[in-house]
Amino acid sequence: MDFSHTEERQMLADMVGRFVRDEYDIETRHANARSDDGFSRAHWSQLAELGLIGALFPESCGGFGGTGFDISVVFEQLGGGLVVEPFLANLLAGTALAASGTHSDVLDEVMAGNCLLAYAHGEPASRYSLSQVETVAQKSGSGYRLNGNKAVVISGDTANKLVVSARTAGGNDATDGISLFLVPADADGIHIRSYPTIDGYRAAEIALKDVEVPADSLIGVEGQAIALIEQVNAAGTLAVSAEALGAIDVGIEMTLDYLKTRKQFGVPIGKFQALQHRMADMMTEREQIRSALINAAGNLQSDQRDWHMSALKNLIGRAGRSIAEECIQMHGGIAMTFEYAVGHYAKRVVMIDHMFGDEDHHLQRIIKLGAIAATAAATA
Amino acid sequence: MDLNYTHEEQAFQLEVRQFLAEKLPPEISGKVKSKKRLTKQDSETWHAILNAAGYLNAHWLVEFGGRGWNAIQRDIFDVEANAAGAPRVVPFGLNMLAPVLMAFGSQEQQSYHLPRILDGTNWWCQGYSEPGAGSDLASLKMSAVRDGDEYVLNGQKTWTTLGQHANWIFCLVRTSREGKPQQGISFMLVDMDTPGVEVRPIILLEGTHEVNEVWFTDVRVPAENLVGEENKGWTYAKYLLVHERSGIAGVGDALASIEHLKQIAREQKKDGKPLAEDALFAARLAEIEIDLAAMRTTNMRIMQAASDGAPPGPEVSMLKIKGTVLRQSINDLTRRALGPYAMPFVSEALDIGYNEEPIGPDYANPVAADYFNHRKTSIYGGSNEIQRNIISKLMMGL
Repeated sequence: MDFSHTEERQMLADMVGRFVRDEYDIETRHANARSDDGFSRAHWSQLAELGLIGALFPESCGGFGGTGFDISVVFEQLGGGLVVEPFLANLLAGTALAASGTHSDVLDEVMAGNCLLAYAHGEPASRYSLSQVETVAQKSGSGYRLNGNKAVVISGDTANKLVVSARTAGGNDATDGISLFLVPADADGIHIRSYPTIDGYRAAEIALKDVEVPADSLIGVEGQAIALIEQVNAAGTLAVSAEALGAIDVGIEMTLDYLKTRKQFGVPIGKFQALQHRMADMMTEREQIRSALINAAGNLQSDQRDWHMSALKNLIGRAGRSIAEECIQMHGGIAMTFEYAVGHYAKRVVMIDHMFGDEDHHLQRIIKLGAIAATAAATA
Repeated sequence: MDLNYTHEEQAFQLEVRQFLAEKLPPEISGKVKSKKRLTKQDSETWHAILNAAGYLNAHWLVEFGGRGWNAIQRDIFDVEANAAGAPRVVPFGLNMLAPVLMAFGSQEQQSYHLPRILDGTNWWCQGYSEPGAGSDLASLKMSAVRDGDEYVLNGQKTWTTLGQHANWIFCLVRTSREGKPQQGISFMLVDMDTPGVEVRPIILLEGTHEVNEVWFTDVRVPAENLVGEENKGWTYAKYLLVHERSGIAGVGDALASIEHLKQIAREQKKDGKPLAEDALFAARLAEIEIDLAAMRTTNMRIMQAASDGAPPGPEVSMLKIKGTVLRQSINDLTRRALGPYAMPFVSEALDIGYNEEPIGPDYANPVAADYFNHRKTSIYGGSNEIQRNIISKLMMGL
């Protein structure tokens, strides 16, 4: 066991951290979010050139990372800047391609920053279930015809290509019979309704009506996509949790700063024990989150992956939300303004509870999975 | 980062398991697992077995005969020993006084006392708290007045854990009333056979004799029993407290307690089904397991960050809070798992030799007592509120 980062990974973290610090202040972030695309293509290209997209994928697929710790390091730093560029969407869709071993040419374009992907899996009725897929793919000539609706597709409005899940067999909730397709976003029959999310990102409701795709748009094996979907889900859970930790770090830092400067009753409010003790608890919970993130990152490829992902996501929902709320409460009125940054960090942390399963969802999954072996070593 | 055990760590885990399987006496582990009372003899037996194997002081610095175990090795030993039902080692000499002597004691003190801690000749207890000095430890009043080659001690210590078994006590005493209260404190080693030392039991709320009052009336202590410099005791006291807290996360104990709770939950029935299958119970248990898995890693990270032998920083206060609250929540859930059978308590049934039928399930009797007893953990060693003060001051600069 070793709890220190390799030199290369530390350099990666430093590089992203430096970008956020030097070139991505909160005003820039808001400007990017308010732009037509909802992000900056210039920043996206710049980060692609720095190799940030390649860091999310393994060498076997042309990347130079792709382990749990690569993903967590990058997203933790991105979370510190509330970076709105579509890293998550491309991690999700790209992971499906990488894990299936198909469409490697497209993944190359993604890593070069020339092609944007989005992952269209969730549906209006699926909530956090991975197997609840009502969208259907019927055989049509040598290809398939897709019909259905996809919900809250992150960055779905600006993607060039969509990774779409659809049922080629089985009932609505069956794990077997789900397939993934790579579909051009401008294909006939696709209707994309774009909208902002409360925390400053973009998503889309996507309707597919008689969308014809060729046979080679299939990702992996027909009807057996559930393993890919679970893998994508694990990578996404890890990524947004790391992002939440990055946002929590900034929120705590800002709050601590405020406690030292804001004066009431003639003293800095940080002199009040009522606030000190709550702050101490926030520090403790933050370290717990960091540990759960390490456990999850180290188990991304292990047979204990799902337990550790759920433990992490439960803690992000439970402790993360509490920290976010306390950051607002301890600041007082100023945190309620749009202008002051801490509220935006809090919004991101709380909204992350709504992605890939919330606190309760993951608590129930932990119960279903049963306990991890108490004395077994984790395997990475 | 790598969460895999190295080959060395795997081999170490195997070595520890083998040692426990061969050397831990079944009658002792049986008592631990069934929560029966351990005798002084039990503690001494296990202490001697650990010492013979070189495990007792394995976390000591190599130059003092230790093996310089790192955080991973300490975690492995802690988890394996608890899973096997090994008793907790009495920590006062081994984990509290010894580091202070290594850092601040004279060579004579080191060479006299350290071997006697290991071979069990001396059973140490801790003279910190006084009736008027709890969380405000620096307000302590017990006086030590220099008289020739001796100090004369007068005053009272309290909450002295297992003082009834001890023959030596390390004390914080007041040698000066000038300046800030912290500036007049000294660290003194006292042979409890010295005339004027009197130990009186305090019975805890669940009825056990675990702690004591220790009274000092004109107790004459040789001046060479002063540790370090006069009036510098507060520095040594704080150093000791950080070491006291370094094992405080109690990961191994928590894991073993959860296994015990799960076994109870499989046997207890609610609405005709095992309690373990009850959704609300399962959710409460799952939350504890999530927090514990994270704390195990937090513990190793914090301990590893402290370089070999150096005391861990104020981060250890986070472990004290999290570790104690987590174990209290396990005690609480175990108590609730029993339903009405948490109520009967036959104290004698905790002793070996009690032959009557248990009331209710045989595991029920000690559970509520354990729950009440463990309320102490968020109070002792610097209450959790004091820990939050430490975090505020030292980690956050508030």
